[in-house]
Amino acid sequence: MSKRRVVITGLGTINPLANNVPDTWESLINGESGIDTITAFDTSELPVSFAGEVKNFDANEYMGKQQARKLDKSSQLSIFATEEALKDANLNTDERLGPNVGIVFGTGIGGIGSTEQAVRTFDERGASRINPLAITQLMPNSSTGQVAIKYGIEGPSLTVTTACAASANAVGEAKNMIQNGIVDMVITGGTESGTTAMTIGAFAQIRALSTNNENPTEACKPFDKDRDGFVMGEGSTVLVMESEESAINRGAEIYGYVAGYGATTDAFHITAPAEGGKGAVVAMQKAIADAGLTIDEVDYINAHGTSTQANDKNETAAIKTVFGERAYEIDISSTKSMTGHLLGGGGAFEAMVSVLTLKNGVIPPTINLNNPDEECDLKYTPNNAIKKELSTAMSNSFGFGGHNGVLVFKKD
Amino acid sequence: MEVNEVFEKVKHLFVDELGIDAEKVTMEAKLEEDLDIDSLGIVEVVMAFEDEFEIEIDDEELTDVGTVGQAVNLLHSKI
Repeated sequence: MSKRRVVITGLGTINPLANNVPDTWESLINGESGIDTITAFDTSELPVSFAGEVKNFDANEYMGKQQARKLDKSSQLSIFATEEALKDANLNTDERLGPNVGIVFGTGIGGIGSTEQAVRTFDERGASRINPLAITQLMPNSSTGQVAIKYGIEGPSLTVTTACAASANAVGEAKNMIQNGIVDMVITGGTESGTTAMTIGAFAQIRALSTNNENPTEACKPFDKDRDGFVMGEGSTVLVMESEESAINRGAEIYGYVAGYGATTDAFHITAPAEGGKGAVVAMQKAIADAGLTIDEVDYINAHGTSTQANDKNETAAIKTVFGERAYEIDISSTKSMTGHLLGGGGAFEAMVSVLTLKNGVIPPTINLNNPDEECDLKYTPNNAIKKELSTAMSNSFGFGGHNGVLVFKKD
Repeated sequence: MEVNEVFEKVKHLFVDELGIDAEKVTMEAKLEEDLDIDSLGIVEVVMAFEDEFEIEIDDEELTDVGTVGQAVNLLHSKI
């Protein structure tokens, strides 16, 4: 029996570039940066003072103070993105979506802001003063649960926490759920709002973050010789995925096909990728095989491309191992150069970008790529978008912990 | 403190801290049905009262508190 085809019929996003899908796409193809000096808190004691922050989002205004204060920011963002996605998919948001719709979200750290607040209250005022909502705000499945409650999603629910691969794995698991006939539709995606002073300090301690405080918009430079680490970003992206039959039956517009998913684990080091990106190699090969394709059919790769020395070098090596000489012909770009690293929300954002790249025939650039590393010598679409008709895209996400999630999308 | 002063303080807490619509906060308003305050919300409300009025309220004292008026009367009796 041939596998059910899985399609994307709705998209929603809020991220450092914009608060909806069309504006986000415009910014991406114009090579704009959403990274700037942090405004949410005082960074004077921190080694890193910039990030990709969500802008012009007032949760009290969006959902009313009574509702907003019950949610960690990561959950507020996920509800916002889900609303756009459901409306985009032409689903009736006044009715419960019901038992034939599942939900699979990815997040790296969930409600870290709420966790910090609870700990501070506990330290300063004791246990009896902790906000009774604290547990429900900080638990990593909070976004998944809250979105399910709001939209009446009664099918299987899952929260994937594989760090920077989380929402790529989430999209992959959602695809499997639909292909296995467990449900016909899954609301999937990711969210992260982990840009607190403590987490920035903690990531900086690993020496993983760029410290280019004087030039925030130029700091994220994947594949560039002078890259000095990743830039933290926040946001949520949600996709409505369903079986092709379900989409056709209800007359939904199809963005593209989720054709393949490959997942592996490096089992090597808790932060560094395996030498030559070995785990990534197999994940890419599995994704291509799952899509029933060959290496000659992949036109575009949305790279993980975090702007760390380790990732960009190993990912390049891994791409060469998978594609051989063909690697030099494939168009590649890292949109993290513009948004920063959306961590648990990155995979879903980049799935959205991959599908839009195919649909619109424009490849978003890798910005700040002015001095390519000799070991990174592939076609990374430096600085300017390229108009090109493409049919197949691959999206890479590799997380701390050695988790690899690769997705393959097709236009038709 | 008079009952209506207590009511004003309670209303103020509900509106400013819990984000509840001012128009909905009347003595007769039911906490759950009218103001959307669920079981977790009640705990929050009690904590806010304890902080504001510098008193302690046991869980048992809340069993008969279902409306704003009942909450106001309970607080008034403890201040």
